[in-house]
Amino acid sequence: MAVNTNVTPAIQFTDVEMTFDTRAGELIALQHVNLAINDHEFIAVLGPSGCGKSTLMRIVAGLLKPSAGTVSVHGENVVEPRDDIGIVFQKPTLLPWATLEDNVVFPMKHKFGRVTQEQRERAHELLKLVGLASLENRRPGRLSGGMQQRVGIARALLHNPDILLMDEPFSALDALTREEMGYELQNIWQEHRKTVMFITHSIVEAVLLADRIIVMSHGPGAHVAEDLRVPAPRPRTGDSMRLSEMQDLVSHLRDILMTKKVA
Amino acid sequence: MTATLTRVNRVPGLLPGLTFLIILVLWETSTRVFTIPTFLLPAPSRILEGFDAVTVSRWLAHAWATLRVAMLGFLTAIVVSLPLAIALTRFKLVSSGIYPLLVVIQSTPIVAVAPIIIVTMGSGDVSRVLITFMISFFPLVVSMTTGMKATPDELIELSHSLKAPAIREFTQIRIPYAIPYIFSGLKISVTLSVIGAVVAEFVAAEKGIGYFIQFSTSLFKIPQAWAGLGILVLMSLTLFQIIAQTQRYFFPWSLPRESK
Ligand SMILES: Nc1ncnc2c1ncn2[C@@H]1O[C@H](COP(=O)(O)OP(=O)(O)OP(=O)(O)O)[C@@H](O)[C@H]1O
Ligand SMILES: [Mg+2]
Repeated sequence: MAVNTNVTPAIQFTDVEMTFDTRAGELIALQHVNLAINDHEFIAVLGPSGCGKSTLMRIVAGLLKPSAGTVSVHGENVVEPRDDIGIVFQKPTLLPWATLEDNVVFPMKHKFGRVTQEQRERAHELLKLVGLASLENRRPGRLSGGMQQRVGIARALLHNPDILLMDEPFSALDALTREEMGYELQNIWQEHRKTVMFITHSIVEAVLLADRIIVMSHGPGAHVAEDLRVPAPRPRTGDSMRLSEMQDLVSHLRDILMTKKVA
Repeated sequence: MTATLTRVNRVPGLLPGLTFLIILVLWETSTRVFTIPTFLLPAPSRILEGFDAVTVSRWLAHAWATLRVAMLGFLTAIVVSLPLAIALTRFKLVSSGIYPLLVVIQSTPIVAVAPIIIVTMGSGDVSRVLITFMISFFPLVVSMTTGMKATPDELIELSHSLKAPAIREFTQIRIPYAIPYIFSGLKISVTLSVIGAVVAEFVAAEKGIGYFIQFSTSLFKIPQAWAGLGILVLMSLTLFQIIAQTQRYFFPWSLPRESK
């Protein structure tokens, strides 16, 4: 791949290994993971269940320390959670007692103990961005899963992070909402150009959203098995999927994931 | 018919009120029809007369004595439970070291320990509050700990990823998350605190409703003992309702959907 070597990648994994102590003994989840993610790049991570995708993300987030190797963000070794990273979880897990606006500003309140007027205005803008401005004073109680996840995305964007980590953010949604959210995320990304690490189980979602797709091998000792560029131009629509090179990519991915050809 | 039933059900307190009234009527008539002796089961009308046995101010003094001990024990239980639950949630060592001990305390019949406590600690307020505390605090610790541990992992990870002060993980996430659990615990605990106060009065007291009931039965004044019992029930119900309404008013989001 034609990476300009003068530019430090946004995220770099160097020979990362992750071992867990489990009841059944040591579990080598990740081994020899090498990967560079460029600034403003949208990366999708695919891989068999339990291969260590979430673990990869937790290491970038500074929530887990790798057993060996290093992960650096903008050239700095990750030793603790950083301020320039936002996380969207699989389940939105909003605070049921707080309004949508309070949920979006929660990270600030939690970190600093108070929330400024500017941050509230920004929360308002973000809720507008995800199409929920009219509901900002409601509590999440009766919102649909899609709406809750929108709030989760707004919450992750509040401190304007350079890097957005998303761990299967749409997997709890129904198929239609899921597709809709995919397009919305693409719009948000085109507007804000964050570096995104997007974990998913959906090949179509990965192909539609990502610049590059990383396929992890089977665990234990999972590593990067394939690193594929997505050929279609942006913005991608349903029509992009009809391009023959896209269909080739999809069937190739289906092939390696379904037949467990990933070594 | 079903339509009327659902409409009846919608008026709060109507159905239980009606049931209670029917029971009272059945009770009154059966005591008269079968001429049940008063010391076995006094009729509701006789119990009502039992309220006249002492003056209103005496009743109030007895009720206050019981309520005071119950509330002091209940508050102590809250004050002790909260930090204990936080420690149980936060530190594995505390959890594995203390939890079994708590279960042992809970399995001990405090009613049997009460006389021992009175002997070692004297027959003052401290002993009574201690007995009440011991009877009422366990459900609180358990519910608080369960609630704090039920907090979704994602929120805790969010907290860690923000490098927020550890105390805020509790004040802003875990404790609010535990609110529904805490209120279930409070409801159980507050009624137990009345039981605790009465148990303490049975063992050593010279006032209080528990003392009054024991004193009355020893003189075979059964209707007034029943009247005392009625006051205890009323006290428990009121305390329970205060807790329930506090939750409804201040934490409406924590109620299950049907009961909103
Ligand atoms: N804290 C932990 N302690 C022990 N083992 C762990 C821990 N976290 C993850 N693992 C193990 O590491 C492996 C990778 O887990 P991880 O959650 O990263 O997989 P994943 O690819 O995200 O799976 P999924 O697609 O199901 O979300 C699994 O075998 C899991 O059981
Ligand atoms: Mg995962």
